Amino acid sequence: MPKYKLFDHTADIGVAVTGRTRKELFVNAAQAVFAIMIANRIDRQGAQRQKTIIVEGSDIADLLINFLREILYLFNGEALIVEDCHIQECSNQRLVAKLLVEPYSKEKYSTKMELKAVTYHGLSVERIKNGWIARVIFDV
Amino acid sequence: MSEIKLEKLDDNRWLLPRTGAMRVPGIIYANEKIFDLLKNDESAKQVANVAHLPGIINYSLAMPDIHWGYGFPIGGVAAFDLETGVVSPGGVGYDINCGCRLMATELTLHDIKDKIKDLTTALYQRIPSGVGSTGHVKLSGKDQKKVLEEGAGWAVKNGFGSLQDLETTEDGGCLSGADPEQVSARALERGKQQLGTLGSGNHFLEIEAVQEIFDEKAAQAFGLHKGQIVIMIHTGSRGLGYQICDDYLALMVKHQPETGIVLPDRQLACTYLASQRGRNYLAAMACGANYAWANRQILMHLTREVIEKTLRIAPRELGMRLVYDVCHNIAKIELFNIAGVEKKLCVHRKGATRAFPAGHEAVPSRYRSVGQPVLIPGDMGTGSYVLVAQEKAMSETFGSACHGAGRVMSRTQAIKTSRGRSISREMADQGVLVMAGGKGTLSEEMPEAYKNLNDVVAVVHEAGVARKVARLKSIACIKG
Repeated sequence: MPKYKLFDHTADIGVAVTGRTRKELFVNAAQAVFAIMIANRIDRQGAQRQKTIIVEGSDIADLLINFLREILYLFNGEALIVEDCHIQECSNQRLVAKLLVEPYSKEKYSTKMELKAVTYHGLSVERIKNGWIARVIFDV
Repeated sequence: MSEIKLEKLDDNRWLLPRTGAMRVPGIIYANEKIFDLLKNDESAKQVANVAHLPGIINYSLAMPDIHWGYGFPIGGVAAFDLETGVVSPGGVGYDINCGCRLMATELTLHDIKDKIKDLTTALYQRIPSGVGSTGHVKLSGKDQKKVLEEGAGWAVKNGFGSLQDLETTEDGGCLSGADPEQVSARALERGKQQLGTLGSGNHFLEIEAVQEIFDEKAAQAFGLHKGQIVIMIHTGSRGLGYQICDDYLALMVKHQPETGIVLPDRQLACTYLASQRGRNYLAAMACGANYAWANRQILMHLTREVIEKTLRIAPRELGMRLVYDVCHNIAKIELFNIAGVEKKLCVHRKGATRAFPAGHEAVPSRYRSVGQPVLIPGDMGTGSYVLVAQEKAMSETFGSACHGAGRVMSRTQAIKTSRGRSISREMADQGVLVMAGGKGTLSEEMPEAYKNLNDVVAVVHEAGVARKVARLKSIACIKG
């Protein structure tokens, strides 16, 4: 099944992300963020480095929002693109993610849409037959 | 909005009756045309959701540019009792003090008609816009705190504009009670690089011409006349405001169970105005608001410099003057008459413009006899309106009016609809030169994605909230 799908929201943008496992759901959510924002990468030579983040939440939906919050901050606050994401540990309240990040520059990446924040509105994370599905609305 | 039943009050207002745990009813300002559009999204339900919040006074309101937001609807207005009521970061929005600034000039369309391309290109090159753009003003930590405390006044003190500009800025360009200590290191970091930038999405800088005057007396007071060139800027507090909102939203979601307040939507996370957390948020929000005013003040100054240089004219020939600067994403402590008693309330305006009528002491003295200017930008093709606030805004809408046309089409729908079309060419055919950075921006912002501005403005005009003064036609538009 596709990893993520956009759904309509008048002012902003909704994303439905799926994953066979909880870990995969989080990885696919991180990938969706950058797939929506970045049109293409112009130069493949980059100074990639690793970064580990630890995120907590009151439940799996809150954990997902806080994880996406961190991912977006890396872009908006530290100008870093997440090129790869590996979830090392994941419960419903806490996760440890190992990220491969690369500095963003206008010369290297072309952008198509800026995701400015992740919202709680219409948020859901559910178990489905083949794994997990999450619905998240981003402010753009 | 299947489960929501609205009752028509008059030609321009619909009542959303109190049901379930709603504490007050809702009122939506809409005519039949706009009412039909409400059926397509969840915005009416969001008006009902806001009515669940503790301490809400009279009604949960929505202006005619209402559309589906998150938590509060866009176009939402709600006032709360200071003792029993709440403040909600989502009710202000991520872009704290997102707003509009209208500048008048001494130029006419005739003066610039051969130089529009040069002017637009020069403005596009000089005004940083788009994703990840950084500004010309680099702030030290000490300076940044001053920006957060002093707002537009800091910009003027540092050579960006004149003291006169502050007189016609809402709140003089500075919201009191700002405390940089309540702003996170992340927010400060994001703010350091972005002062004097436009941003992306629906933010813009437009060259417009005054096309029609509806109210001569008010137009004269605002210094507007037919054929005149004016500039409209729409932007806010950039990453700093977003981070402040996000930080406090996370904090309030985390501590929501302690407040005992049951919410229909987590995005409505809130805290009591009288609590320490509530006071901290308002102090941080004021910092965001002040940053936004400094930002628009700097952008006005850059615009002035670019036009003078490109047209090779002296400041006196350009005669750029701030007509007004309004914020449309904010929570403010203001005084209202509630059932015969003067009461201080916390008014949330989420995509709504303050609209104080003639005689109100917060209206700049030069406009006090007519009322506060209300700036309503529309889509790229339509241009904008200038209105003047009316008495009914005080008695019915907590001194508020609409803030724009309001989206009617989602961004993904707009991108689909525009496929195979050149929006910039279509705009050029309508006499609007458009320059945009982001690949999808023009498609997302295509005129059809918005409600008809004339309909939206007609509602507030006919409802007696704000009267039409002038219509402005877009000539050129810069987007991020």
